[in-house]
Amino acid sequence: MAYDCIIVGAGHNGLVCANYLARSGRKVLVLEAADRVGGAAITRDFAPGFRVSACAHLLHQMPQAMIKELDLARHGLSFAATALPTHALALDGRPLRLDARAIGLRSGADGAAYGPFTERLGKFAAALLPALQMVPPRLANGGWSDRLGLVKLGWQIRSLGRTDMRELLRILGMNAYDLLEEQFESDLVKGALGFDAVLGSGFGPRSPGSVLTLLYRLAAQSASGREPLSQPQGGMGAVTDALAAAARAAGVEIRTGAAVARIAVENDKTSGVVLADGAVIAAGTVISNADPRTTFLKLLGTEHLDTGFVRRIDHLRSRGLVAKLHLALDGPPEFTGLDRVGLGGRLLVAPSLDYLERAFNPTKYGEMSEAPALEITVPTVNDPSLAPAGQHVLSALVQYAPYKFAAGWDVGKPRLTDRAIEAIEAYAPGLRRKIIAVETLTPLDIEAEFGMTGGHWHHGELAFDQFFMVRPVPGAAQYRTPVAGLFLCGAGSHPGGGVMGAAGRNAARQILKQAA
Amino acid sequence: MQTFANPEPHYRRPLLRTPFAGRAEPFIQTDAYIQWSGYTTVDVFSSVEQEYFAIRNACSVYDLTPMVKYRIAGPEAERYLNRLVTRNIAKLKPGRVAYTVWCNDAGHVIDDGTVFRLGATEFRLCTAERQLDWLLDSAIGFDVEIAEVTETIAALSLQGPTSCAVLKALGLAGVERLKMFDIGRFDLDGMALTVSRTGFTGDLGYELWMDPVQAGAFWDRLMAAGRPHGIRPIGSAALNMARIEAGFLQINVDFVSAEHTIRTGRDRSPFELGLDWLVDLGKGHFNGRRALLAEQARGPRRRLVGLDIEGNKPADHALLYAEKSGKRQIGTVSSALWSPTCKRNLALAMLDAPYFEKGAEIWAEIYLNRELVWERRMVRAHLTDRPFFAPDRRKAVPAGDR
Repeated sequence: MAYDCIIVGAGHNGLVCANYLARSGRKVLVLEAADRVGGAAITRDFAPGFRVSACAHLLHQMPQAMIKELDLARHGLSFAATALPTHALALDGRPLRLDARAIGLRSGADGAAYGPFTERLGKFAAALLPALQMVPPRLANGGWSDRLGLVKLGWQIRSLGRTDMRELLRILGMNAYDLLEEQFESDLVKGALGFDAVLGSGFGPRSPGSVLTLLYRLAAQSASGREPLSQPQGGMGAVTDALAAAARAAGVEIRTGAAVARIAVENDKTSGVVLADGAVIAAGTVISNADPRTTFLKLLGTEHLDTGFVRRIDHLRSRGLVAKLHLALDGPPEFTGLDRVGLGGRLLVAPSLDYLERAFNPTKYGEMSEAPALEITVPTVNDPSLAPAGQHVLSALVQYAPYKFAAGWDVGKPRLTDRAIEAIEAYAPGLRRKIIAVETLTPLDIEAEFGMTGGHWHHGELAFDQFFMVRPVPGAAQYRTPVAGLFLCGAGSHPGGGVMGAAGRNAARQILKQAA
Repeated sequence: MQTFANPEPHYRRPLLRTPFAGRAEPFIQTDAYIQWSGYTTVDVFSSVEQEYFAIRNACSVYDLTPMVKYRIAGPEAERYLNRLVTRNIAKLKPGRVAYTVWCNDAGHVIDDGTVFRLGATEFRLCTAERQLDWLLDSAIGFDVEIAEVTETIAALSLQGPTSCAVLKALGLAGVERLKMFDIGRFDLDGMALTVSRTGFTGDLGYELWMDPVQAGAFWDRLMAAGRPHGIRPIGSAALNMARIEAGFLQINVDFVSAEHTIRTGRDRSPFELGLDWLVDLGKGHFNGRRALLAEQARGPRRRLVGLDIEGNKPADHALLYAEKSGKRQIGTVSSALWSPTCKRNLALAMLDAPYFEKGAEIWAEIYLNRELVWERRMVRAHLTDRPFFAPDRRKAVPAGDR
């Protein structure tokens, strides 16, 4: 057999997994349906001369240790900017930089609260962090290593001390709205922190579990280093290009334009894959970077699975609520009151918690936000190579846009584009006049382009019932699946999405353990 | 297909009546009714003994309509069923019936029933309990259509040594040539009648399937044709006696569906139920296969067996022990009967490992109520093969017709 392992999908997790497997001596083949590697971390043209990070647009969760370990710098990864500031945009023309000092100038109480609050949450995140980097323990039928894993996590939480442990247990099941209301007074601060709690998720700040996602985001960020927000030179594609280069250097073979039609099974064990063109490639281990639904229901086929398991996969909640807006601009956008450093950073349109909740409300009924919340970057400020000289790219995450838009996205897309631009223009007057080209990706488009069910970045909602030991579902939560030789390594597995790579590395660890 | 319309609104009569209910009424003397799958059915018409002996010595008619029925059809119906049940459905030819069980992911039995292969791509699944939710979820990823057809098919079970003679008298030419588990289609003066040589009695017998609209008229013809052959409507009580003699399992009596158990350890695998012969581990994947392989490697923890118990007092719900002193409990009786035909004291029982092995010493604790005074007996029980009663006429081809 020519290959030990076949990885289906060259997203960042697939590539991370390939790197670690190859470094342990496995002969690895990565198959990618698209004509380039990268999955949802790519840079591509969207208008003549204009390039953009088409899905994820900032790097803030990939551990520094991983970047070093895989020597991504030597393989071409560099940063146009690091330690990017975040500004909460305000209608009064005074954007608020999110740090204790700047907040204190606006509201003394909030300035005093901000430091201890983020510090405490950081501490909680740090306590939960080891959980992100481990293979989740099994609850039933577990062995000693599973029990040890639980004990370790319990110890981490216990060692916070009595006061902090109680506080963690108190807030863990709360919603972000209630938590932020009791901590802060200014709408802008609460809105910005609330936005982080719901970004990329299918719920609003008042929904249960939104403190969990806030902690998740902070834990992932704290893993990546002290100053997490960074912008790779050349866009997010540079990260996956470097991962691919590192993988190739380690002996991994990567084929693009090679769509896997089906995972082959013989005698209840994976025997390789069948490509869309009918070609059969054999390998004893197949690792899927695709989301769980695609992996099990489309690539594997339910005839190899038990009904109860299929039922759980079928019930997996995976409806994206985030759209992407790309603008090609003739000249830099002018956000009132924002300096050049600020413009090069992360900008939030989430002026209050109520604004967020109101933006979320219509999605329950298949409608889009009247006034969406946004995360905006202008990557050309730090990286002019992405646009013709003097011209700029604006990339924004637009929340909320339901996967199943009631009237259909053919009708809804122009309205969504218009509302998103209108929401930005409220803070950047004259924006519309500078627009040369527009691209909007609805969750439906994101699903189609990146092959993610429901257009959901996390390959499945991050919520208590789909988290940690039960992510994506019991029976597949340790990267293993019911079919021997088939593994998962994508965002649908613990710890989830975001360009983090932890799922890929944990999966590799599990595969190597299995073989040993 | 026409649906049999119940004459009254559902809120007036929450239990359904089968299309034979009106015809059966004149035979009812005891008003002993029981519920079955949402229908009113008869437990005893007049005398359970007479009804039992109709099964064994003449011909019994049992209203089978409440049996839950599903139509499973489509290009992938065979693959679908093969993934659903433990037996190899690819081997089931059109015009044949197979008894089978189906399991959940853990390899525990959800229900038992029969699969009728009506054609290359059309099946009927008869189940003890409602299964639509499980059947539909099992259909994810298969090109197959599933419909509940319980109310659209009326059915009677005709069991006993003269059952073939009755069908011949009715005009079903060639019915005697049906082998066990065969399906035959007959035209009865323009009425389509499907006959399967199946049943729950371990005797010669047939099940008759028809359009509910024609049920009443058919009943009249059947009873007229059967009169010289001793035909008699029977209720569930007599049938239960015959099924214990035949060694057949009854859900909620001998096992509880894995979909309904609450306590751990109450689920039962096909191996534990002594149904190894229904499990084809070599046919490819099916629900519960991986768990069953693991169980096979581990060895069974318990097993359902047949017992022959000394004396003549039925061992209903008896606890079973490894010694006369009753120190170590090793199992329980789930079904028990003094068999009028075998003249043996029979029981179906679940025994812990290793007491289901031949030669184990087993004692049954039997309580007797003697005019409100309870007496306790410890009697020896002996492992014995099932079925307890299996007359040659059950399988004979051509079937006996007198």
